[in-house]
Amino acid sequence: MALKVNNLRTYYFTFRGVVKAVDGISFELQEGSILGLAGESACGKSTTAFSLMKLVSPPGRVVSGEALFEGDNIIGMKESEIRKIRWKKISMVFQSSMNALDPVFRIKDQISEAILTHEGIDKLEAEERAKEFLERVGIERSRANDYPHEFSGGMKQRVMIAMALATYPSIVILDEPTSALDVIVQAQILKLIKNLQEEKRLSIILITHDLSVISAVCDRVAIMYAGKIVENSSARTLFKHPQHPYSEGLIGSFPRLSQPRHSRLISISGAPPDLIDPPKGCRFHPRCPRAMEICKREEPVFTETDENHMVACHLYT
Amino acid sequence: MKEDLLKVVGIRKWFPITKGVIGGLFGEVIAKQKYVRAVDGISFEVRKGEIFGLVGESGCGKTTLARVILRLTKPTDGKVYFENRDIFSLRGRKALLKFRREAQMVFQDPYASLNLKLTVQDLIFEPLKIHKITVNKVQDLENVEKALEMVGLHWTKDFMDKRPPQLSGGEKQRLALARVLLLHPKFLVLDEPVSMLDASLKSVILNLLVDIREKLGVTCILITHDLTTAWHMCQRMGILYLGKMVESGPVENIIKSPLHPYTKALISAVPTVDLLTKGYKIIDQTITGQVPTAIDPPKGCRFHPRCPRAMEICKREEPVFTETDENHMVACHLYT
Repeated sequence: MALKVNNLRTYYFTFRGVVKAVDGISFELQEGSILGLAGESACGKSTTAFSLMKLVSPPGRVVSGEALFEGDNIIGMKESEIRKIRWKKISMVFQSSMNALDPVFRIKDQISEAILTHEGIDKLEAEERAKEFLERVGIERSRANDYPHEFSGGMKQRVMIAMALATYPSIVILDEPTSALDVIVQAQILKLIKNLQEEKRLSIILITHDLSVISAVCDRVAIMYAGKIVENSSARTLFKHPQHPYSEGLIGSFPRLSQPRHSRLISISGAPPDLIDPPKGCRFHPRCPRAMEICKREEPVFTETDENHMVACHLYT
Repeated sequence: MKEDLLKVVGIRKWFPITKGVIGGLFGEVIAKQKYVRAVDGISFEVRKGEIFGLVGESGCGKTTLARVILRLTKPTDGKVYFENRDIFSLRGRKALLKFRREAQMVFQDPYASLNLKLTVQDLIFEPLKIHKITVNKVQDLENVEKALEMVGLHWTKDFMDKRPPQLSGGEKQRLALARVLLLHPKFLVLDEPVSMLDASLKSVILNLLVDIREKLGVTCILITHDLTTAWHMCQRMGILYLGKMVESGPVENIIKSPLHPYTKALISAVPTVDLLTKGYKIIDQTITGQVPTAIDPPKGCRFHPRCPRAMEICKREEPVFTETDENHMVACHLYT
């Protein structure tokens, strides 16, 4: 197992109140597999990633929980300790990070910088590795001397992936790696991610709201809602037999080429709740088409229903 | 045979690239004027009452084409006929205002399309004022309430006093739609109406658009890069690549039997949530490279550098848009 997260809680202490962005989530990342962390905006998926990398900025703070990586709990590590892990062992490609490339530095220098910050090798060696990784992500070595504005969106995103891989990490977290990209470029990037997983036995966490991207590459999926994980199973099982009503609704809201045309899409009424004062009991109950009395009072416990299939829902307890 | 509400003939829209100071000094002598050929010769018809999809990736020219169709910008070449009238030879304020009322647009970005300083109340009555179609207080209120109801918004004092920053993305998009519906347009251009919305909201708005079309019989052009949205919403569609339409026809025909290699690539690149249950593998068939620049597009067929089936003729000659099956048109040397 590459990573085991237990009961992670990250809150933002704002003037308006305490935003319980991530409120007690647990999951495992198997070695060499791709785990999809899916959910709509503000469900806590990016905050989860930031929590793992000690990148939560004030007024946010990881309040409790642990994340076991190579035998150590990386939550609560000191800055000096986490620096040895960050980018060296666990790296991340942030949402729209292609816009974070510095326009006045050449691509090869920016990738080298990432390598040199974490390894004591010499500049030429770093440059050589930068070019090697550019090739690995499908960009010609000769383009390493270009500036970011000479690259398209898809190419810049690949540069960010190259940067995240150049230090040979064992886990890579990708936050919405294809959301700003066209469909063919998206398919190319997804193919790249799948190849990397196979070639290098990388363990990957893929964060996205787009379930169709999840179905294309992920082995397992954890669906998040309002700071909680509501369902966790293999991707195949989730799309074939979703158990949580929210999962069902979410999957049904995506039009698909095999569905009869002009049929009505499933839509979940209402909107995600305010995380400062979330609903009592199950957070999804106000919008749930199958809510019962108990759902308004008691929070459902995350339990195993089938083999490796876990759900937090009173319909199954 | 349904009548055509809209007929687009040979539209070209080229944007000149400014030469800069040095270029300007030596302009005529050294540099030839270059153009971004955003739309480079597109023709199609939209039938009354249908939803026609304009599908393509960024830079294919779909938004520019829509702006020309709505007379928001003049074409470099070509004509647009709305109800058999050439919209670019409309003269006089009255005629122009009439066209504007009949042909409307809903923009992609709900955040950018509403005036932040106005309240919802101001915003919802604004179209009536601008187009001078106010009747009297009672009738106006009734019309406004009807429009709001149609998009699923409710008239409450609280809601009416809010300003755009206080509204959610979905509420903003619905409000934009209500403002347009108040004018009872005959023709609506929807530019990526759901791409900036969350998953569950997307389906709500798409269902809403289907309802609106059924109830009001509005003719629509739906601009999208998402094939599954086009599949779900449109009767016919045109696939755009680098300023040209490469394939068009009934949506079922195109999806089930795509002809143009680019269309095939688009379809195979689309991940859908039933991939796993159906056993498709999208990522094996994707094409390489990216869309070239519209400033200096490839000679011959624009797609030939990336086309898995390119032949010699493709590098030299541009294929002509021809009909292969009933209403199914394609621009590709494989079929001529």
